[in-house]
Amino acid sequence: MTVQLNGVTKKYGNEFALKNVSFTFTKGKIYGLLGPNGGGKSTTLKLITGLVYPTNGTVTVSDEKVTRKISDKVAYLTELDMFYDSFTIKQMVDFYHSQFPDFSLEKAHQLLQDMQLEGNKKIRKLSKGNRGRLKLVLTIARNAPVILLDEPFSGLDALVRDSIVKSLLTYINFEEQTVIIATHEIDEIEPLLDEVIAVYQGHYIDHQNVESLREEQGLSVLQWFKMTIQNWESEKY
Amino acid sequence: MAKEFETSKPIYLQIADHIFQKIIREELKPGDKLPSVREMAVQMGVNPNTIQRTYSEMERIGVVETRRGQGTFIVENAEIITELKQTIQLEVISSFVKKMKDLGFSKEEMIASLKSYLERGEK
Repeated sequence: MTVQLNGVTKKYGNEFALKNVSFTFTKGKIYGLLGPNGGGKSTTLKLITGLVYPTNGTVTVSDEKVTRKISDKVAYLTELDMFYDSFTIKQMVDFYHSQFPDFSLEKAHQLLQDMQLEGNKKIRKLSKGNRGRLKLVLTIARNAPVILLDEPFSGLDALVRDSIVKSLLTYINFEEQTVIIATHEIDEIEPLLDEVIAVYQGHYIDHQNVESLREEQGLSVLQWFKMTIQNWESEKY
Repeated sequence: MAKEFETSKPIYLQIADHIFQKIIREELKPGDKLPSVREMAVQMGVNPNTIQRTYSEMERIGVVETRRGQGTFIVENAEIITELKQTIQLEVISSFVKKMKDLGFSKEEMIASLKSYLERGEK
């Protein structure tokens, strides 16, 4: 499933969140949108999931123009927490199952087990790490063609990150799904990614294949990212 | 993350090196089956496309073979395994020699210091 941004500009009031961005995300790859907060990463994901609409340009998912209805093709993990506190984990899973036809109960239960989450536990009583795990379970238990993860590791310790990475690698269907991860934590995520995009001040300032970066330029993603931002800044003045 | 990677070398080659090491130490033997691409990806905490490249590269060199529908196996060819051992040994030695040369040591000094180091180590 291809996700396409064509000359997309997004303004919130007078502020530009994205400026004339064109990019194509192709099937079977894991993309990293990397950059500091406020650069346009979350806006990109919200545009793809139809939560906001472009001021100019178009966003399409497999040639279909994105509206709010695209949520049947796009699974989205927000940076916010959107759980009902009084629900148990199991009730939350059942709720998701009732909302999304592509939600796999089997996958969800397997994931809960892997992450050692107990179904009868109230969401209110979960630690921050377990809330983070549950968010991921609910997102990737869907067999959606496009998976968007907004800061999936934010505020979680190394152990939780590790279990999240392992679950992603185990349950993503690499032939069928496109995964886009927005994060400002570059180091942790590097071995997971195929392609990286530096998102800065509303622009996609560079795009690279992770292994080519190492092979042809001898750079880690973090080194490349710092260089790219520096070049961008020095060209501006 | 399951494994830490150096920044300057492609990850797929670092994983190949890791597997070569296991072959040389005979933790992996001729005819042994390697984990599936997905299993290896989870073990290493890396993208499956990376592992796919690792396996293709090892197949290109002739160290492993893919059997249709069965998976990837270490070749049962003693010659190739011996060759692999020699190649890697040579890599390690040449990098040692280069570093010693850069420091201005002569061949005789290298041999003498290596000898005394090994003798000390064995006690």
